[in-house]
Amino acid sequence: MPNPPTANAAPAPGDPETVACADERSGADGITRRGFLSTASAVTACALLATEARGGAPPSPGGLPAPPVAPAAPPSLPGPGEIAVKLRVNQVERVLSVDPRVTLLDALRENLQLTGAKKGCDYGQCGACTVLVDGRRIYSCLTLAAMNDGRAVTTIEGLGSPGALHPLQAAFIEHDALQCGYCTPGQILSAVGLLGEPGGASAADVRKGLCGNLCRCGAYPNIVAAVQQVRAAEPARK
Amino acid sequence: MEPFEFTRAHDFDGALAQTRGVAARFIAGGTALLELMKLGVERPARLVDINALPLGRIEPQAGGLRIGALVRNSDLAHHPEVAQRYPVLAQAILAGASPQLRNMATVGGNLLQRTRCPYFRDGGAACNKRTPGAGCAALLGPHRGHAILGGSERCIATHPSDMCVALLALDATVQVLPAAGGGERAVPLGEFHLPPGQTPERETVLAAGDLVVAVTVPASPRAARSVYLKVRDRAEFEFALASAAVAVELAGGVVHSARVALGGVATRPWRAAEAEAVLQGHRPTAELFRAAAAAALHKAQPRRDNGFKVELAQRCIVRALSEACAG
Repeated sequence: MPNPPTANAAPAPGDPETVACADERSGADGITRRGFLSTASAVTACALLATEARGGAPPSPGGLPAPPVAPAAPPSLPGPGEIAVKLRVNQVERVLSVDPRVTLLDALRENLQLTGAKKGCDYGQCGACTVLVDGRRIYSCLTLAAMNDGRAVTTIEGLGSPGALHPLQAAFIEHDALQCGYCTPGQILSAVGLLGEPGGASAADVRKGLCGNLCRCGAYPNIVAAVQQVRAAEPARK
Repeated sequence: MEPFEFTRAHDFDGALAQTRGVAARFIAGGTALLELMKLGVERPARLVDINALPLGRIEPQAGGLRIGALVRNSDLAHHPEVAQRYPVLAQAILAGASPQLRNMATVGGNLLQRTRCPYFRDGGAACNKRTPGAGCAALLGPHRGHAILGGSERCIATHPSDMCVALLALDATVQVLPAAGGGERAVPLGEFHLPPGQTPERETVLAAGDLVVAVTVPASPRAARSVYLKVRDRAEFEFALASAAVAVELAGGVVHSARVALGGVATRPWRAAEAEAVLQGHRPTAELFRAAAAAALHKAQPRRDNGFKVELAQRCIVRALSEACAG
């Protein structure tokens, strides 16, 4: 569990939202990227104010401050027009109350703080939002959370863990199959889906099979190499 | 998106009841509809999720197949009966969209998808289909991807489906459950989609609340020798500039019967009956194919930016026929 906030970590007025995300896949010390960025800016602002006020030294350095943690609120009665949606996300039952317009992507990112799936285009054209639903790769931006009631969803956070990477995650690292990393969660989940679908086994087939995932950095050759390595290592896969 | 009510249908009566008297849409895969809702082009007051209806099976029927409207595109393409007996259909589906979209999209949704015309999809542009009487910005604006067949002065928007073109070459029928009652009725696919004419906002023969429940494909002597060829700017994940679905029956060294359908060039999936008439009874030579292709495009109405499609579509027909008749 992350440490409770120190006095200096209190958010300054007007700061962006600093409630920590209850991210199941945060770093080993419980800190998320969002939490770090928002808290760090808050702490910096406070440190400056404190320094000015005291006319003295800045607060002691020594590692990242723990993000403040809001206790997870239990789902309350739905708001007006909201509906209840049950999703089994990374093998954990989650119950949400959402506006019907909430896409699965937004439910994962905003309601469940699973920010691995990315919003690249929001129109089903880039693939950065790719997740698995009942084992099939889909665009989470082009389906409503409500349409997936009762289904099993796998996000990148559910694929492996820092100490036990999924073979594709390890292969992506080994083959340098990413640069900025924005398309990467979608690429990996798409590749997981691909390896479970009927289709040819050549590099050309992999390129076709991943045509729904764009990479502006152009890491495609390395992505293909990573996928082919995993396929070769696990002949049981199709 | 505009706010809407979301309901789920658990049976056919419920599905039809939930769309009665309300500006409602059925939603299945949602890939086409949600895109248009995000663009503000579609604004249903209610979405009726029909994914629980028993429409997800592919069953033999009268020597052919009955394909439930909820069958996912990828499942249809990879079904052994389809891959073996109706190759043009498998090829067409796999030529479309991306794997993720094919996993989500349904047969019914593919039938009912709307045009990719940028003026239709842009609320700020004049579009008779979106707003009857508003005019058609595509006539004078950039229109490289627009139709050379089946258009009118009100609309030249291209129909984007690959699956429909293949189904047309396979003499498919759409099974509809009418909102007005009376039980399932059959609509030949060639009559299902309407040309824009004076009313581009009317795209199919469906009345509000009608539910597409299945597509049937008969046994066909042409299906085994069938090919789908798609020509486009990118190798994958791109719509057709021109495409052809051909299905040919050869007997005694001549074309006994043929079907030729076109995509990417028309306002609805296009049956090239003129080409079929040229092919009938003759030896399958390159010269015959070129004559058939010329007949298919004879009445084409090219415009400033899309004239290249006339030649492109002809070459597409010739190549598809050559591949189908080889071996």
